Amino acid sequence: MAVKAKHQRLLLAVLAASALLAAGLIAASALREEVSYFYTPSSLARDKPAPGKAIRIGGLVQPGSITRGADGVSIRFVVQDRDASLNVRYTGITPDLFVEGSGVVADGRLAANGIFIADSLLAKHDENYVPRELADIDMKTGQQSKDSLVR
Amino acid sequence: MHRFANPARFLRLAKPLTPALFWPGLILALSACLWGLFATPAERLMGETVKIIFVHVPAAWLGMGGWIVIALASIIQLVWRHPLAGIAARAAAIPGAVFAGICLATGSIWGRPTWGTWWVWDGRLTSMLVLFFLYLGYIALANASSEKGSVSRVAAIFGVMGAVNIPIINRSVVWWESQHQKASITLSGSSIDPAYLWPLFGSVIGFSLIFGAVVLMRMRAALAEIKIDARMRRMAER
Repeated sequence: MAVKAKHQRLLLAVLAASALLAAGLIAASALREEVSYFYTPSSLARDKPAPGKAIRIGGLVQPGSITRGADGVSIRFVVQDRDASLNVRYTGITPDLFVEGSGVVADGRLAANGIFIADSLLAKHDENYVPRELADIDMKTGQQSKDSLVR
Repeated sequence: MHRFANPARFLRLAKPLTPALFWPGLILALSACLWGLFATPAERLMGETVKIIFVHVPAAWLGMGGWIVIALASIIQLVWRHPLAGIAARAAAIPGAVFAGICLATGSIWGRPTWGTWWVWDGRLTSMLVLFFLYLGYIALANASSEKGSVSRVAAIFGVMGAVNIPIINRSVVWWESQHQKASITLSGSSIDPAYLWPLFGSVIGFSLIFGAVVLMRMRAALAEIKIDARMRRMAER
């Protein structure tokens, strides 16, 4: 009898745990579209949020696109992902990791002409950790890396 | 498993195992951190701040690992009524909460110079903060349990339920666009340079051994308290 009760509890626990896990995971992954932390240039082109609405965008700073204004604090650059790009304007001090080719997340709004006016700028690090002296060299070919993130 | 159901047998095993885990763990964690701090190169973009990784990553792993221990022990407690399971779950709660807190603190300190902010409400950071609060909830429920040294069934159920958050933390950077970068170490390999990977490996193992030793110490202390309690009661009856 004791064995039977134990098996019943095991079955109940497994059922409850898997139902719970499934519910949690389904809920969380259903939120994927809703709670995306930022728009990428492609999802921005697809979803078209209204100009003037406060949104957050993220992507890579296009190499060669950063131009600094004469006042020293206003900059323009292009944020891109694989399929689309977006012109961004920002006035303020940029974080240390804000470099061309690196990731960036910006709060702000779209102007009527399609330029994104950023109020704040955060740098995004990618998952690669590379010592400084190796950063320019591609490990496999020994050549200067194309996608080197170093200025 | 029931071979270890006997607390006396567990204690015979745990007594020599505690220092056998603790001292190698301490030496490994310390030397890996010193190696990481003084003998690794500056990172291409982050410079010297990359070295927080040698504390941040082990803390994140053990913050999650602690709840995995709680969840498994809670299942064993609920299904098999194993007398040590509740004690093990309770013993893992405070060390797990401490490591989750260290993960949040070091992550915040790391985020300020690299990202430009102490905190953002993205999927990874938020789900890790939720884990920390789950720990606080579990500790409160465990302390409210009438079971001496162990935990009530309500706390055990809470321990199983909270495990839902663990895969969410793990997947958060895949499901949602986030400020936090994606996983560096995956099944297909590592995008961390070997210069950082080896000391990181050492500190993860080292801190894990310390975690194991602390859990064993806390379990032994709980069993000793149960014994004191039983002896006091017997003396009072006499």
